[in-house]
Amino acid sequence: MTRFLVRRISLIVVTLLVVSVAIFAITEILPGDVAQMIMGQGATEQNLKHIRETLGLDRPAPVRYLDWIGGVVRGDMGDSFVQKIPVTEVIEPRLANSLILAAFAFLVAVPSAVAIGVWMGVRQGSKTDHAVSVGSLVAISLPEFVTGVLLIVVFSSFLGWFPSSSAILPGTSPLTRPLILVLPTLTLTGVLFAYIMRMTRANVIEVLNTQYVRTAVLKGLPMRRVLLRHVVPNAMLPTISVIAVNMGWMLGGLIIVENVFAYPGLGQLLLTAINTRDVPLLQTLALIIAGTYALSNLVADLSYGALDPRIRLT
Amino acid sequence: MAAPTTSPRMQLGPLDAATSVAMALLRALASLVRLALRTPAGRIGLPLVVLHVVLALFGQALAPYPPTEFHIEEHQLEGPSLQFLLGTDQFGRDVLSRVMSGATSLISVAAAGALLGIVLGTVVGMSSGYKGGRTDEVVMRVMDALMSFPSLLIALLVLTSLGPNPINIAGTIGIVFIAPVARVMRSSTLAIKSLEFVDAARLRGEPNIYIIFREILPNTLPVLAVEASVRFSYSILLVASLGFLGLGVQPPSSDWGLMISESRIYIVVAPWVALAPGVAVASLVIGVNLLADGIKQARELPKREA
Repeated sequence: MTRFLVRRISLIVVTLLVVSVAIFAITEILPGDVAQMIMGQGATEQNLKHIRETLGLDRPAPVRYLDWIGGVVRGDMGDSFVQKIPVTEVIEPRLANSLILAAFAFLVAVPSAVAIGVWMGVRQGSKTDHAVSVGSLVAISLPEFVTGVLLIVVFSSFLGWFPSSSAILPGTSPLTRPLILVLPTLTLTGVLFAYIMRMTRANVIEVLNTQYVRTAVLKGLPMRRVLLRHVVPNAMLPTISVIAVNMGWMLGGLIIVENVFAYPGLGQLLLTAINTRDVPLLQTLALIIAGTYALSNLVADLSYGALDPRIRLT
Repeated sequence: MAAPTTSPRMQLGPLDAATSVAMALLRALASLVRLALRTPAGRIGLPLVVLHVVLALFGQALAPYPPTEFHIEEHQLEGPSLQFLLGTDQFGRDVLSRVMSGATSLISVAAAGALLGIVLGTVVGMSSGYKGGRTDEVVMRVMDALMSFPSLLIALLVLTSLGPNPINIAGTIGIVFIAPVARVMRSSTLAIKSLEFVDAARLRGEPNIYIIFREILPNTLPVLAVEASVRFSYSILLVASLGFLGLGVQPPSSDWGLMISESRIYIVVAPWVALAPGVAVASLVIGVNLLADGIKQARELPKREA
């Protein structure tokens, strides 16, 4: 177990190092000049040179990479080119906002998807099952920006229940205005719910056909007990990996959803960083996203081992 | 005529090979269509996909107005009417015409990207799985690293660096799709390569490349067909999302994602500008997914007497 953890965590570190080089390389070739961006069109050559020197842009790329990655290891992500304050300070409130949104979506989607997936698996072939299957297929097929816009049209334009924009003043928490969270959460939930539901349903059907479930039914266990003790734990195994993969997907989804609803989170910050060529900010954001993704995969493997004693993590 | 000394495949000229590949593709397509039509999902999905393909091929020609024709003065943000069936946008352009002419770029870029990813991923996954050992271990770790990054983020970074033109978009999607396709194809190669007919081919002294493409590949086709349709629907979602973020086809050409993004400001007064392209994207992806589902289900149905 310890060996497994050591191996996996070192693998994550290696992956992140590779990712950091890739991110650095990509931001290196981003067209557009930060110095020009800061000074505007009327900048003289001398001004531009001065800016590049203060930002350290005149040094060769490998030196800047080592400087950056050394800082990252020490917890110093550098200063934002545009906002002139440490990147960590720029990111912190946005990170909190994104986490709130993601947590809500997760808390809504996962339990309901698993419950309905099990139910539909048991009722396989019924009218409800067909209806839910079609509904979930539609949900998977809608890109987040279409779902988001549809929800805005229905719930903001026609019904007027929720605001169409989730913008909040900087420094305030979205939790003080919970209404603005409803539509973004629903948008993120849609696809997440559908994937997990379909996976759970398929697994439940598979497990229901196994010998050990037949044995449990035939020896007279109440159906409730068969489901809770035999079917659900076994059906959850592959579902967990889907949930973990969806964590990564959700990070991508956040970029779109935050943009649709003008919600001030990491995704929106990332787009801003790209548009303003704010390289330190962009690098840190990309690292955070890759790190979260790698960690959620590790958590998935660990919970696999915890749920299934047959799997030895080595 | 000299007696054939080599196996028949050696004598095929390039033209014969191309014809036989085309024939095989057509036959595969026909059998897929037959298969799809056997399930309700396929019977809904196939017409939807066909409709979009027709739009992609002829949409621009069939559109009632040029998609970039402005009617700013007289018809700005007008609701659906007989003159403009789906209303007009902020520049007074006909929404229907813009939706109809937006299919071409989306579908061709998405299809090209998915195809590239499928081809590259298949080659990587099958060779890695067939070779096994160290090589396989290293290749798969690299694939894991590639997959530890949301595809939308990779696409965003690469396209801002290289510029969003159709070739770059398709290329990026192709590269992003290598890893997931390679994983799937590797595992089905692993399952097939231990079967007896592969051993037989190896004992006959066939080269590895022949074994991979003529013995193993045909047997992975069911898996490959499902993976291809899944990739195609992801590819459409990705291209549309990139369009929404402004990294798709550049204005004034019409792009469904961009149309939705631009209409966001007028959504309260003119929801039709957003709804029309939204329904277009949704029906395309729903069609592809239903079609894939139909084919998958039909495969599991008992074979009907021919």
